[in-house]
Order: sequence, then structure tokens, then C-alpha cells
Amino acid sequence: MPEFKSDPFLLRRRSNSEKIVDKGFKSLVILMASMVAILLFGIFLVVFGGSIESIGRYGLAFLVTSEWNPVTDKYGAFTAIYGTLLTSILSLFIAVPLGVGTAIFITEDVIPAKLRFLIGGMVELLAAIPSVVLGLWAIFVMEPFIRPFLIYLNNSFSWIPFFSTQPVGPGMAPAILILVVMILPIITAISRDSLNQVPKKLREAAYGVGATRWASITNVILPAAISGIAGGVLLSLGRAMGETMAVTMIIGNSNNFNWSILSPGNTIAAMLANQFGEADGSQVSSLMFAALILMLLTLLVNIFAQWMVKKLSLKY
Amino acid sequence: MEAVKNVFLEIPSGKVTALIGPSGCGKSTVLRAINRMNDLIDSCSLKGRVLFNGNDLYGINIDPVEVRRRIGMVFQQPNPFPKSIYENIAFGARINGYKGDMDFLVETSLKQAAVWDECKDKLKESGYSLSGGQQQRLCIARTIATKPEVILMDEPCSALDPISTLKIEETIHELKREFTIVIVTHNMQQALRVSDKTAFFNAEPQKGGSGKVGYLVEFNNTEKIFNSPSQKATQDYVSGRFG
Amino acid sequence: MNNIPYNSKGSLNYTRVSSRNIWNKLLNVISACFSIITILPLILVLIYILVKGSSQINLELLTQLPEPPGDDLNAGGIGNAIAGTFIVTFIATFISVPIGVGGGIFLAEYSQDGKFSKFIRFGTNVLAGVPSIIAGIFIYGAIVSTKILFGTNFSALAGGLALSILMLPTVIKTTDEGLKLVSDGLRTGALAVGASKFTMVTRITLPAAINPIATGIVLAISRAAGETAPLIFTGLFSFYWSSGPEALLNPIASLSVLIYNFALEPYEAQNQLAWAASFILVLMLLLTNSLARFLGRFAPK
Repeated sequence: MPEFKSDPFLLRRRSNSEKIVDKGFKSLVILMASMVAILLFGIFLVVFGGSIESIGRYGLAFLVTSEWNPVTDKYGAFTAIYGTLLTSILSLFIAVPLGVGTAIFITEDVIPAKLRFLIGGMVELLAAIPSVVLGLWAIFVMEPFIRPFLIYLNNSFSWIPFFSTQPVGPGMAPAILILVVMILPIITAISRDSLNQVPKKLREAAYGVGATRWASITNVILPAAISGIAGGVLLSLGRAMGETMAVTMIIGNSNNFNWSILSPGNTIAAMLANQFGEADGSQVSSLMFAALILMLLTLLVNIFAQWMVKKLSLKY
Repeated sequence: MEAVKNVFLEIPSGKVTALIGPSGCGKSTVLRAINRMNDLIDSCSLKGRVLFNGNDLYGINIDPVEVRRRIGMVFQQPNPFPKSIYENIAFGARINGYKGDMDFLVETSLKQAAVWDECKDKLKESGYSLSGGQQQRLCIARTIATKPEVILMDEPCSALDPISTLKIEETIHELKREFTIVIVTHNMQQALRVSDKTAFFNAEPQKGGSGKVGYLVEFNNTEKIFNSPSQKATQDYVSGRFG
Repeated sequence: MNNIPYNSKGSLNYTRVSSRNIWNKLLNVISACFSIITILPLILVLIYILVKGSSQINLELLTQLPEPPGDDLNAGGIGNAIAGTFIVTFIATFISVPIGVGGGIFLAEYSQDGKFSKFIRFGTNVLAGVPSIIAGIFIYGAIVSTKILFGTNFSALAGGLALSILMLPTVIKTTDEGLKLVSDGLRTGALAVGASKFTMVTRITLPAAINPIATGIVLAISRAAGETAPLIFTGLFSFYWSSGPEALLNPIASLSVLIYNFALEPYEAQNQLAWAASFILVLMLLLTNSLARFLGRFAPK
């Protein structure tokens, strides 16, 4: 019988150091994963803690009053909430058909695969352009270009409250358009991925009973991909609500409420970017309150998105 | 890359024709060429002609959608639409311009495909609530409902258990009174059971290439193919010596 | 059965005038138009940046300091902003990558789909959806206004921390998903020869998943480098060079904040500098994005 010493597998008995490393590594990764929870909790604590004063002073009236006046120290966030919801929802209305249409176009065989690949790549590049650069472009190129159209809208339809003011340059309408540019890549990319995940056998089934391309898209392929597309749409709604730089640069940062999309306005994110640096006293607290509202809005949209994906998933 | 070559076949109307051969010999490719399903594959092209009632299906003016309405298809994997059983039948009929009583069509189609008894109480449920064999018969019913002239079947039983297979074969016997059927199978017993005529395909390594290219070896009455084939390769295959 | 009322099945020929073929053509054209509209902004933005930005690029612009806004014609350069973008992004990467990869390892290798890991996955999604401006406000409230970092308020470190909050969920997700692509056979194989879990993760699964993880990290870095909102009241801006270790505790310039500040100035020279900075920033981001795609090509299928 050989002695234990001569066993060539010295590590047969796990050394203590190995056990410690193994255990320690596990604790380390648990700690790192916990950072997510700590961060979320910290963000909530800082924002909620900062807004307590304002919540105490205004309560829910903060949501529905539109006066925002640092001089008289009175604050209500209705203008910014209206701007946030209006710009994000209207931009969604424009971006969804464009994005889903593009996604269909680059997943179907209308044009050669190389061209489809090129368009897909360009959409992804569009997502890589920073918000602040799009803002710069919006100020100096896009807004002057679309102003004649906006003036025409005002001249012809001024009886509609949404078009009731003279465009003066920066405003909600150009902000909506730049938001469209920002969320288009998200909607397109997610819709494309969802469409690509529809199994080939469903497409074959539709073609097999004699469906045309668009009959199979609208009746079979889109319904099968709708859960992913809806999730992507809601995700981009969350993005649009929280989008800051490009909107701040082009929306005009006006605290005066106006229904018209041609007038300057504000969003919560733009207001934060614009005023937080110079604010003091109770204005900081009111800005924190507005930030809390923005957080809750985006949180709701994100949770709703996850629920929607589950709800709409078809079995196939 | 070439998948299959040298195929000259005259498929008789009103009969069941089986395409058999080892895997990779291009049976499915030939089948899918008949109703232009290969159009869905980007890199696929065809040299030669496919004639249907005297029309070249690959002629310049031919509408592939029209072709598929006349030549229906049942696929290897059951592929119901993610819709209700009722809608699975109604969808195809509707886009084919059916104007009659939809309930009646759904019922007769499901009955013809021998799946009515399993479905009649759950027409509103998803097609995917059925078992694999029932799904495949639903797909057959869906194809029948569009009233094609020819039904192509691409190994319709390969994903199914023996009992479901038997039921589908019975259905095929029923259907051949009304439709021309072309069936691809790698189960020789099945070919023998259901078909009137059989085409045997084989594959050979491509010259200078890495893949295999398929070709038609022999086409004759099923009885002849299985009992006294004229080619040795056919004899070897049907007697189970390879493949 | 044969008297079922179908529309007569006529010729096999393609008929242009049939309503379904017209619809088909029309929808093809509409979707093509939508695609063109979708990529149009990209083309226009790139053209303008190229035209307005690249013409100004020279060595002086890349190496000099920006001039404080005034009505003089020379706005200076963007040297410190380029350096600052690199420094702040590096700080953010240095913080978020280890934590994010660790968190991803926990989710993919250690969690057993219990409540805790479900909560962390959910939290990662929530954190990914937090608007970037909120990350800035959080760091402002937690670090800048409390002067918790060695008594300084606005600093490069605070800016880097704010960016790291944005990077973290992306890094966690790509690590988690990358590790899930590794086949379980490798795991059981490693454990079967007596490897500890630590050895299995660090020697077998992590190296096997390194490509998708690296791709995700590069994309996260690229996104962080273009962010502005988290920096405007954390890193602030500076008209001077950052040098020496103490620079980490001072305000720092960055390309994105420079673009924001100078775009809104009424002076032409400053606006031009914003275009030049945009050109450099977009160039950097397109390069990192191409790098990510290049890495992604080698990802295991």
C-alpha cells in the first residue's frame, strides 16, 4: 500500500484556501448583484427624501397646478407633466407605424438581403448618435427647416387648440419630431427581432394556403410577433418620457402652460436639466418631487411593458 | 450549390404519387418546387420547367400565390396558425375568396380530415391545444378547405406516433377520390400502403464539392417499384440494403 | 362537395389589376417609404456633422482649451473635453464592469430562480429604464450636495459614478445572457472532474462567454461616452486641463457637456465649436460601435 504522501493527486483533499476562495467568490457575486437593489433603494431614498418638503406643502395639487414661479416660490408641475405625456405619446404615434413598417420591410424579401442588412445597420447607427448631438442638429437644422410647415399649420388650423399659437422657434412640435428620431431605432430593432423570431413554419403555412405576402404578414406573422412589438413600443414610451438632452435643447423650456404644440413648453426631464443646477431652497424640493413623478411614470410604463409581453404571447 | 438534378416526372391526376429515397436526395426540394414554396428561400433557383395543366409554373407571367391556391401543401412539422381551430380553417378559405357558409365548410373539412370528433367541442380554442397528430390533421383540413386541385405532403407523418400515422394514411385514402396527392416519405411501407405510383430518388457526392446532389432513379407504378424495379439501386433501397 | 361557392379559380397568370395584387404592391411601396423616412435623419445628421464639424478639425482644435464664451471670434479648442470624456468614461467602466459582471455571474451561475434573483432581474430591468437625468440627480443628491467625497462637490469622480449607474444594468444583462448561451455540458463536465464552482466559472464558463460579454460592455461604454444628462450637475464643466490625481476631485470637461453648453450660447464661434465636438464624439462612438460589432461576429452560435 502506498503512503498517502506519495499520492500524486495532492489536491484530492480540497485545501482550506480553495474552499475559502470558493465561498468568498460566491459572497462577492451576491454582494455585487445586491448593488442593483441598493442603488434602486438609494435613488428612491434620495429623490423621495428630497421631495418630502414639497410633497408636504403642495400634496397632489402639485400635479394639477401649472404655476411654476421661483420668484414667488410657488410650484406646480402640470405644465411639465402635460409636456412629458404629450410629447412622448405623440412621438409614439408617429414612430410606431414608421418603425414597425421599416421592421417588416427589412425582414421580408421585397429587396435583396444585402440592402436589408444595410438599412438595419443604419438604423442601429442612428441609435448610437448621442442625444445632445441630435439636439444640436435640431436647433440649427431641423427646426428652421420645419418652421414654415408649422406656420402653415397655425395659419390654417388655429381654431384647433393644439395649433393655436404662432411658432416662435423652439417648441413642443420640434421636440416631438426629435423624439421620433430617438425612439425609431428602438422600435425598429425590437420589432425586427420579434418578427425574426416568428418560426418559419408559420410563414410557410400562410403561403401554403395561398396567402399573399401582406395577407400572411397582417394575419399570421404580425399577430405572432405582437407581444414583442408591444413590449418594444412601451419600452420606447418610457425612453421618450425620460429623454432629456435633445428635448431640453429644442422645447423652449417655458413654464407657462399652453395647449398648443406649436408653443414652447417643458417636460419634467427638460425642467430638471435646465433648472436643477441653479436651483436652491424649496425649488430643489419641488424639482425632486417632479423627478419622483417622472420615476414613477417610467416605472409604471416598464412594469406594464413586461406584463404586456406575457399577456400577448401566443403559443406556437 | 446544386440540390437536385435530372428530374423528369409525369404525375398523374387523381392518383397518389409517392417520392421516396434516402435523406438528402432532394425529394422535398422537388415537392416544394411544384407549388413554388422554394421561392421563400433567397438563394434558390430552378432550371427547367414544371408543367401544370399545360402551364409552365415558372413562366414569367405566373403568379406564385395563384399557384399555391391550386396546389396546396401539408408540411413536415404540423404548423397550425396561432389562431382558433375554426379560424385555422376559415383563414385559408377566406383569402381564397370563399363566399359560402363558413360553419359548413369548417365542419365538412374537419370531417374529411377525420379530426372533427376531437375538435367539434373546442372550435374556439387555439390550434395548438390539439395533440401533434390532431394538429397535422387540422393542417390537412385547412388545405382541403381551400379546395386545391393538388395536395402536396412533405413527410406529413415524420413527427407523429404510429397511431396518428395510421389515421393520416386513412385520410389520404379518402382524399384521393377528390384530389391529386403527391407525398414525400422516407417510410417505404407508407409509400407501399398509400401510393399508386412511386418515384425513387438517390443522391451522389457532388463532383469537386462537399455536398450531395440528388437525382431521379426510377418512376413507375408502386407495385413495380417494390416488386421488380428495373434499377439495381432501387432494388437495394426497397429491400432495405441502404438508406 | 364540388358545388361549394368559391370565386372561380381562373388563370394562373399574374393579374396586375386584381385588388390583392394592387394592395400587395401598395403596401410594399408604403413600407419602403417608411424605411427611407426612418433612415433619413441618420443620413442628414451625419452629413451636417461631416460638413459643419470636419472642416474645422485641426491640431490646434484638438489640443487647445476652450475659451470662455465672449464675443471674440476664437472659441479655442476641445482638447480638455476629449481627455475628459475618456477619463469620465474610464471611471464609469472601472466601477460598473466588475460589479456588473459579478452580478451577471450571480444571476446566471448561482441563483436558483428564487425570490432574491427574481427581484434582482426585475431590478435590473427597472434600473435600465431609469431616465439618465435621474441618475444625475441621485449622484447630485447623494454625493455632490453632501460633499461626501473628500469635501468636494462637483467632480470627475461624481460624473463617472453617475455614468456607471447607466452602464450597470447593460453589463449585468449581457453577462447573464452571455453565460446562459454557454452549454450546460461544459458546466457538468467541469464539475465532474472535480472543479470547484469558482474554478468552473472563472476557467470554463466565463472564458466561453467572453465574446458576447465584451460586445455588451463595449456597447455600454459607447452609450455612456455620449451621455450628457448625468454629467451636467455632477462632472459639471471645466475650461482647464485635468492633471494629476487631484483632478478626479475637480469639475471636468466632457465633449457632450461642451456641445450642450456651447450650442445654447448666442455666439457663432461657440456654436461652431459644438459642431466640431459633435464630429469628434460621433466619430468615437461609431468606432466603438464598429468594434462591438466586430467582437460580436466571433460570438458562439
